[in-house]
Amino acid sequence: MYRYDQYDQSIVDARVEEFRDQVARRLSGALTEDQFKPLRLMNGLYLQLHAYMLRVAVPYGTLNGRQMRMLASIARKYDRGYGHFTTRQNIQFNWIELADTPDILADLSTVEMHAIQTSGNCIRNISSDQFAGAAADEVTDPRPWAELLRQWSSFHPEFTYLPRKFKFAVIASDEDRAAMRLHDIGIRIVERDGEHGARIFAGGGMGRTPMVSHEIKEFVPLSDLLPYLEACLRVYNRYGRRDNMYKARIKILVNDLGAEEYARQVEEEFAGLKALDLDPPKAEFDRISAYFAPPAFETSLSDDIDRRDPDFAVWLDQNVRTHKQPGYAIATISLKPVGGIPGDATAEQMEVMAALAERYSFDELRVTHSQNVVLPHVRKADLYAVWQTLREAGLAEANLDLISDIIACPGLDYCSLANARSIPVAQKIATRFADQKRQKELGELKLKISGCINACGHHHAGHIGILGVDRKGTENYQLLLGGSGAEDVSLAKITGPGFDEDGIVDAIEKVTDLYLEQRTEGERFVDTYRRIGMPAFKEAIYG
Amino acid sequence: MKLLSGNDLKSGKVVWWTGQDWSLHIEDAVDTGDQGEAIAHAEEGARRVNVPYVLDGVMTPEGPRPAHIKDRIRALGPTVRPDLTLKPADPDAGNWVI
Amino acid sequence: MADLLHYREDGPHEEPAVTLDAFLDQSNATAVRLESDEDARALLPYLDRLTLIEISFPTFKDGRGYSAARILREAGYIGELRAQGDVLVDQIPLMRRCGFDSFHPQAEVDRKALAAALERQEYVYQRAADARQPVWKLRHG
Repeated sequence: MYRYDQYDQSIVDARVEEFRDQVARRLSGALTEDQFKPLRLMNGLYLQLHAYMLRVAVPYGTLNGRQMRMLASIARKYDRGYGHFTTRQNIQFNWIELADTPDILADLSTVEMHAIQTSGNCIRNISSDQFAGAAADEVTDPRPWAELLRQWSSFHPEFTYLPRKFKFAVIASDEDRAAMRLHDIGIRIVERDGEHGARIFAGGGMGRTPMVSHEIKEFVPLSDLLPYLEACLRVYNRYGRRDNMYKARIKILVNDLGAEEYARQVEEEFAGLKALDLDPPKAEFDRISAYFAPPAFETSLSDDIDRRDPDFAVWLDQNVRTHKQPGYAIATISLKPVGGIPGDATAEQMEVMAALAERYSFDELRVTHSQNVVLPHVRKADLYAVWQTLREAGLAEANLDLISDIIACPGLDYCSLANARSIPVAQKIATRFADQKRQKELGELKLKISGCINACGHHHAGHIGILGVDRKGTENYQLLLGGSGAEDVSLAKITGPGFDEDGIVDAIEKVTDLYLEQRTEGERFVDTYRRIGMPAFKEAIYG
Repeated sequence: MKLLSGNDLKSGKVVWWTGQDWSLHIEDAVDTGDQGEAIAHAEEGARRVNVPYVLDGVMTPEGPRPAHIKDRIRALGPTVRPDLTLKPADPDAGNWVI
Repeated sequence: MADLLHYREDGPHEEPAVTLDAFLDQSNATAVRLESDEDARALLPYLDRLTLIEISFPTFKDGRGYSAARILREAGYIGELRAQGDVLVDQIPLMRRCGFDSFHPQAEVDRKALAAALERQEYVYQRAADARQPVWKLRHG
């Protein structure tokens, strides 16, 4: 994985000192809260419901054992012993004191980490495929591209006060594990005539006006990538709406102009920018790529796995995926124990994951947008030992992509924007469907819960989505069906009137019952929904 | 009744206006009548509180309580982590919140 | 209005800037002011006879002026480029990178904090409108 050189380290260290100075000026009164807020947000610091919250960047979701141990140490030293992995592959700490934040950032910088641009109206942490470098279906590892974008977007002088936040995702596979089409700009690395380039999609996003992105360019060669993206951002920075923050995302601009017209304006801008020699030489991409060279995989390993322990076999079948290297596998650690808080991990669990990565996965971990953690390169022969350690740490839930593998935003338990709690709903659903056989019978079912229309819990992209709203001071939950954040991207539709907390769990049981009754061979829940349509489901729920 | 709340600037902790000062405990909160905005302005200016705001409350035998669920959760802590609330030892502490 | 901050060899341009509309109407002025929603490209035909372009920042959160500045510098404008309005310590280093070389803040700027802010980052990742070399250039020559 990428390692800092003297320049990267110097930039991050200087940022720590900058924030130390900004915090001191805030505490002295030299900065008002209004002036300070965008500065702290650009360092990932929010003021949430109970305290400050610090969001730490995990660039494209990749980290090593030492970094994970540092996150554990921060959880213990400055927080309350745990952290929350987010849908942008980052981690956030819920109980941070403002006065401690410069020291936390200083601690992070010792392991090449930071909180730069994890919030604010700027280019956010670049997200990517959690199986990058391991997936059998990728044309190349997308992370060198993502790292190139990370550097380009860090403290970009022109794009730090955009109309609104800006999110990139980069993938390189047929399968979309990063919700690429629901990003402001989504990039898919493709191959053409033996050369890799970027297929560019713009104007996707969730939030209160969900939209699937439009393809604006079929192929941008590496040598044009940064000027092209600079052009995309410049058109947005100049013409994105600033009169209404709810209409300020690029999706609204692309929708208002039409994707073709947006693409035309980008081309025009690109023509000028390309001539300016703004982009790094190929040697810089090669330098970055070298860090992502495949680890020293052993060859001629056996693909046999001893499945005699039935509990292990269940986990193996559910949480382990095919690796491109024979003899290896990709293991997903579920942070969704039944009845637990989706995405939370204790400091001790982080240390267990760090140790497993160091011992069994070439010192690499990945955070997924579904709020789980991946050991990307595990020898098949080691899977049983990995599973045993995970089980002792309460991390061996065998539910990847099943109904209890729920994405949930922090909701009203933590978030100052939320209208309803998300976590208790997730806990009730997971508990109702806890039986392993029943979950397995339902198959792949992506359930996503947001506690307000900002959609941090990706409810529009759920096969089943839940949106919490405030109905005259009480929590109310709307049910949505038919969304997907994957390569079969679609936006979920609302079924009808909402429910209380118990009612929404009952409603989910009704729709899953209908699915079991109606499905044909091999159909997932979302396939059946697409085939038979909303009316049948409405009838089952409200009929 | 009108309560006044905000966060401590330095620590971020949720605080309630007691008439003279800020307290972590909702039980110490007082009715600010029509003075809430003025107190908020003065206290924010003095950096004794961050982003203060006036909210509706009701008086109960146990003391003042915020009217809205969001402020009630602020007053206690996350409902899903009773161990992290202001009253971790009291299993019934959250009963009035929801 | 606070003191002017000036980072040019030549002295500040003293004449008041005219509005874009007024400039396009009569156009013998040498100083023009752009509001944040006005198109900097409207000035491109006249750059060689302008000595001051002032760009307004009605609030520091309105980032359009950064693009306007770069567009003008990319088109070869070498005169004074002034940021006026809600211009604060922590934004000035970015504005410098986009080509601004003078600042007319609404409220007085803490000079010491500003000097520290301007010197803090030894390295930058991107090429922009200033003379700084991006780290990829330092890495690869």
